[in-house]
Amino acid sequence: MTPSQWTGLAPLIGPAAAAVAVLLWISVRRADRTTALLAGAGLVVSLWLLVGAWDVAPLRIGPLLVMDGYAVFFLALLYATALAVLAITAAYRGIGGERKEELYLLLLLATLGAAVLVASTHFASFFLGLETLSIALYGMIAYYRRRDEGIEAGIKYLVLTGASSAILVFGMALVYAQTGTMEFRAIARAATGMLPAVDPMVGAGLALLFAGVGFKLAVVPFHLWTPDVYAGAPAPVGAFIATVSKGGVFALLLRLFLNLDDPGRAALFPVIGLVAAASMTVGNLLALFQHNVKRILAYSSIAHLGYLLVALLATSRLGVEAAAYYLAAYFATTVAAFGVVGLRSSDRDEAETLEAYRGLFWRRPGLSLVLTASMLSLAGIPLTGGFVAKFFVLSAGAGAALWTLVVFLAVNSAIGLYYYLRVILVMIRAPEEPGGETVPALPAAGGITLGILLVAIVWLGVLPGPLQRWIAGAVAGSF
Amino acid sequence: MSPLPLLILVLLAGGLFSWLAGDRRPRLCRWIAAASLLAGIGIALSLFRAGPDGAPFLGGWLAETDVDWIPRLGIGFHLAVDGLSLLLVVLTLLLGLLSVAASRNEIAHRVGFFHFNLLWVLAGVVGVFTALDLFLFYFFWELMLVPMYFLIGIWGHENRSYAAMKFFLFTQASGLLMLLSIIGLVWANHAATGVLSFDSVDLIGTAVAPRTGMFLMLGFFIAFAVKIPAVPVHTWLPDAHTQAPTAGSVILAGLLLKTGAYGLIRFAVPLFPEASERFAPVGMVLGVVGILYGAVLAFGQTDLKRLVAYTSVSHMGFVLIGVYAFNELAWQGVVIQMIAHGLSTGGLFLLVGMLYERLHTRDLAAMGGLWKAIPRTGTIGLMLALASLGLPGMANFVAEFLILVGVYRTQPVYAILATAGLVFAAIYSLRIVARVFHGPRAATGAIADLSFRETAILAVVILLLLWVGLYPQPVLDTALHGLGGM
Repeated sequence: MTPSQWTGLAPLIGPAAAAVAVLLWISVRRADRTTALLAGAGLVVSLWLLVGAWDVAPLRIGPLLVMDGYAVFFLALLYATALAVLAITAAYRGIGGERKEELYLLLLLATLGAAVLVASTHFASFFLGLETLSIALYGMIAYYRRRDEGIEAGIKYLVLTGASSAILVFGMALVYAQTGTMEFRAIARAATGMLPAVDPMVGAGLALLFAGVGFKLAVVPFHLWTPDVYAGAPAPVGAFIATVSKGGVFALLLRLFLNLDDPGRAALFPVIGLVAAASMTVGNLLALFQHNVKRILAYSSIAHLGYLLVALLATSRLGVEAAAYYLAAYFATTVAAFGVVGLRSSDRDEAETLEAYRGLFWRRPGLSLVLTASMLSLAGIPLTGGFVAKFFVLSAGAGAALWTLVVFLAVNSAIGLYYYLRVILVMIRAPEEPGGETVPALPAAGGITLGILLVAIVWLGVLPGPLQRWIAGAVAGSF
Repeated sequence: MSPLPLLILVLLAGGLFSWLAGDRRPRLCRWIAAASLLAGIGIALSLFRAGPDGAPFLGGWLAETDVDWIPRLGIGFHLAVDGLSLLLVVLTLLLGLLSVAASRNEIAHRVGFFHFNLLWVLAGVVGVFTALDLFLFYFFWELMLVPMYFLIGIWGHENRSYAAMKFFLFTQASGLLMLLSIIGLVWANHAATGVLSFDSVDLIGTAVAPRTGMFLMLGFFIAFAVKIPAVPVHTWLPDAHTQAPTAGSVILAGLLLKTGAYGLIRFAVPLFPEASERFAPVGMVLGVVGILYGAVLAFGQTDLKRLVAYTSVSHMGFVLIGVYAFNELAWQGVVIQMIAHGLSTGGLFLLVGMLYERLHTRDLAAMGGLWKAIPRTGTIGLMLALASLGLPGMANFVAEFLILVGVYRTQPVYAILATAGLVFAAIYSLRIVARVFHGPRAATGAIADLSFRETAILAVVILLLLWVGLYPQPVLDTALHGLGGM
């Protein structure tokens, strides 16, 4: 390997090295704060290493990985999000006094898995990344062993992910059997060679691949695990599943889809279009009936992935930019929302019912301001990143003349409003008993993180220019 | 800094500072709000200028700001005012100031957050009246909703949650249709010219197929019709107006309804002239139905606030028929009607609020015979009712007269039907006076007449109504400055 390849690979080595360091440190000394700091430092260093990688990008690293502007952008996004989740985990009390050191370790490993997905151009690295991510996630979801829901969620995720991985591998095998290659571009070339129609086996393989990926993204009809897992997992882990895990998989799907040539895309197009429309509709409709904030967020994430698929189907430069922007805004928003849930939780139970937020606006204005901003952002109301992001997706969709999907998106946004507003409405109700709250002050790490996320949400909604330009620059070289 | 962003910034900053001054210093908080609105009025008034030799100044903007915002999609921060916008901006700030003054006793809790929301709604409304970029317009359009939602949802009356949610869902859902239309229009323009721009100045004259044009126009129309509100999408209005606190009702009736009318004049018609022309008969019918239906429903109400709310439906019907008459006379009438309705209905809501503070009811059956107890209130109430029924000498008369004359030129039948609305207006307006101030006294006990502050607030409203009613020419000239360009 050349020195520049090492520079390109360094951002992926970062979290791996940090995981090893944390592992060693835990075996030397069990100390929550230093372990969290060490893990955080690992992520910061990884972010810093991305600066070097940006200079050498685009660069192929062996047959499996590529470090291009697209990968650098998504890695930065994933690491920054993982850092925020880490800070909220450190401030999180809802785990019954359980030690959290291993949670930090698993978080680093899962982040590594997602990072590999973002940079992979080959089925092998795809599968490796996905499994690293999934296996770390089992532990994270079921981390709080004394909570029945946690164990249930862990098992559910284990079984379904196992099944989806099997489907995925089978899809890969079918594609490989017909094309003789596992490298994305080579597959695309081979598929183009099969004109006028894609070989049925390759088509079936791609469909199975999409099904496997769909499980991870929790799009309809592969969404059934989502509400239980979101509700059962500790709040910070929920944030991680909704953002880093789905983001890494989505970045990979986007790369794979755009690498395919028109016949391959045409084969997948109706399937993905249907899935997108179904996800938006089912996610929003089911969220209407929820009384549990984590479940609301779960169903809302199903809907949001549906919106994202519209950007994917636009198959244009604008679509990729819109998807990247959407993910950035969605990550900040979702982590903020889960962060509030996490920081509201006591060691006895998680603050997940809507009733737990009654009158919060008058008792904890700061916390409820963050939750209000994230609800408005999820609903796509101006001044928040979610609005600009949704606008980009709508524009990209309309630019590609996907009018049916665009109308679906708009109608669904209107439906979604109802449940997002309900959360706000509960918060501004008069509290049942006047007077202060007994919950102690926020841990500094949590408060600062939420503050930064609030600023990010508003920033993305008011001044989208800088990030948009960076995304445009990063994506330009890759597609 | 150019005056327009400064104007919006003053309101936004005033809102933030009021919030910070918060509940500990409610007096200070009210003064900050009032001061920022006064500063805004100062900025707005400084923009008025006469054209060469005092003649109305046609064409061109009185002030303009255009900065790149999201260049990738051709979105600019493009604000500009002409006479039309400026009149509405001044109306906005003035009603805002009156609302702050009127809320002194009504709002006792969470004063800081109340004024924050109030000023941010006003900032959104000013933005709507000045934005030329369609994305920016939509941005402000939505921006006014959230603070309004809070105003209704937190400080409203007994059924506030329902009303707030209904208000938000109606306006937001229809707003999304407008967003789709905006995006559709932009891409149509892109297909025709290769330029991606959200600026309405670039988009006027975009060639679209008639069918597409009709769909796109409808997206705009529905969003504006919900705000105006036109029958049958008016159902959010009685709930929202009735449940909102006084300041909220004043802003809803006085300003938010005007944004719909303004949108029609500024965007829907100029962007889609052919489609609008084909659509005109439907618009006319909706307008006439609104005038008559709103008046009949107003007559049937027992809740005073709800009654006033339904009169809005009726009055705003005139706006709708005026817009679709497509002539200068009617359009000038529309502008005057927007101002007159803002003032007279705003004044009525203020009065209802003041009565509510004294009687703790909005039920007409619980009122009656109040003239003897509170004669000053009665006098002012009578004047506002006369304004609302369109008595000559008041602004509403000028407006409705111009609209009817304008409509008669092109659509005599609709004009005649709409005139019947004036008769209904006389009936429901006088019914207010009769039921509230005359007849036997329903409740005993002493009540205080209007205080100096309250009298001053309503006196400003009545003086302005009289001014526009007696000498409307300056307003007509200023309005023409905006309309002449279209």
